[in-house]
Amino acid sequence: MYEFNYQKASSVADASAKLAASADGRLLAGGQTLIASMKMRLVAPSDLIDLAGVTALTAIESTPGGLKIGAMATHASVAASPLVSKAIPALATLANGIGDRMVRQMGTIGGSVANNDPAADYPAALVALGATVHTDKRQMPADSFFKGMYETALAAGEIVTAITFPVPKRAAYIKFKNPASRYAIVGVFVAQTATGVRVAVTGAGPGVFRVPAMEAALGANFASAALDGIAVSATDLNTDMHASSEYRAHLVGVMAKRAVECALAG
Amino acid sequence: MQVSLTVNDKAVTADIPPRTLLVDFIRDHLNLTGTHVGCDTAQCGACTVHLNGHAIKSCNVLVLQAAGGQVVTIEGVTPADGTLHPMQEAFRQHHGLQCGFCTAGMVMSAIDLAGRHASLDDQTIRAELDGNLCRCTGYHNIVASVKAGAASMHQ
Repeated sequence: MYEFNYQKASSVADASAKLAASADGRLLAGGQTLIASMKMRLVAPSDLIDLAGVTALTAIESTPGGLKIGAMATHASVAASPLVSKAIPALATLANGIGDRMVRQMGTIGGSVANNDPAADYPAALVALGATVHTDKRQMPADSFFKGMYETALAAGEIVTAITFPVPKRAAYIKFKNPASRYAIVGVFVAQTATGVRVAVTGAGPGVFRVPAMEAALGANFASAALDGIAVSATDLNTDMHASSEYRAHLVGVMAKRAVECALAG
Repeated sequence: MQVSLTVNDKAVTADIPPRTLLVDFIRDHLNLTGTHVGCDTAQCGACTVHLNGHAIKSCNVLVLQAAGGQVVTIEGVTPADGTLHPMQEAFRQHHGLQCGFCTAGMVMSAIDLAGRHASLDDQTIRAELDGNLCRCTGYHNIVASVKAGAASMHQ
């Protein structure tokens, strides 16, 4: 790991000011991706601005717009939250399947969302549930927030503060995980919402994406059989040592069906 | 940069470079070498310690992230009279270790999960120990040890 300056933020405004004053600073949330990337010298920020002291960002609350989860809420706290389990159990299940117990104790929803790893779990939940990303400057729908591999609509120095998830009628997330890294080789989040059915896929492509054909079929008939015969094209999907693009395309169908069955089983 | 924290109930203050990992601080500055570095990529769990009552992977956390916090390592779970913690005793009784490299991390994870579950079945233990790898592959006895250790802790 290269050297850097460490600073602790006392508030979002303080973090924003420290970030602006640094040469090439990065925010530190739980650090479960960032510290690992810095150890491999893939990232070498001039400054780390630690958000851990900004306790206002850890709140999980019910709001008229849905479940609002602070950016610094850990995966473990989302998984253990009675509010989350009651309103959107699929989200609690998803949080409980990220990494392992120790990683979930440190890793945060804001860090995951801002990093937008193409195999991360949360982006699928945000897109399928039609979530809103709150930053210190504005609010953005998840559909326009995620921009592809490790890219988001965040401007330089902009800080994710919370995510609001509208409560769906039914939802489920099923992933086929890499047993070593526990990242999704393919993960599918299916949600039956007030505005229709949404199907979001992570792990398979360069970033999270929706499958309109599946959404239309499930909109007409919310049953796994409705997905029979709907093939996902392998073009543009990832191929690596874990799975070919053709296999990932196949897995999207399998995981989507399982997610529908899981959502129906409630 | 100065850092102050509590390790195994002792207040510690040191001047360290900000890039110091918690595991390196524990091993190299405090000479507590019971915590191991296995994969160094937050996968194997050999470096597991407790931070503020929860198991974390100390190879993937800066010591500065633990500033002001309470850290407990494997050295800190053993009673002062030299006897073993019930979880350590269970690993001994049930042959829950072979080479022993993963054991400190396994025990720290196991104590954390025993604290969160009133009763444990094999499936829960296996799922919760997802982040601890034993390359001797002695999982069967590790699961038996954790089950017995948790029962003993809950007595």
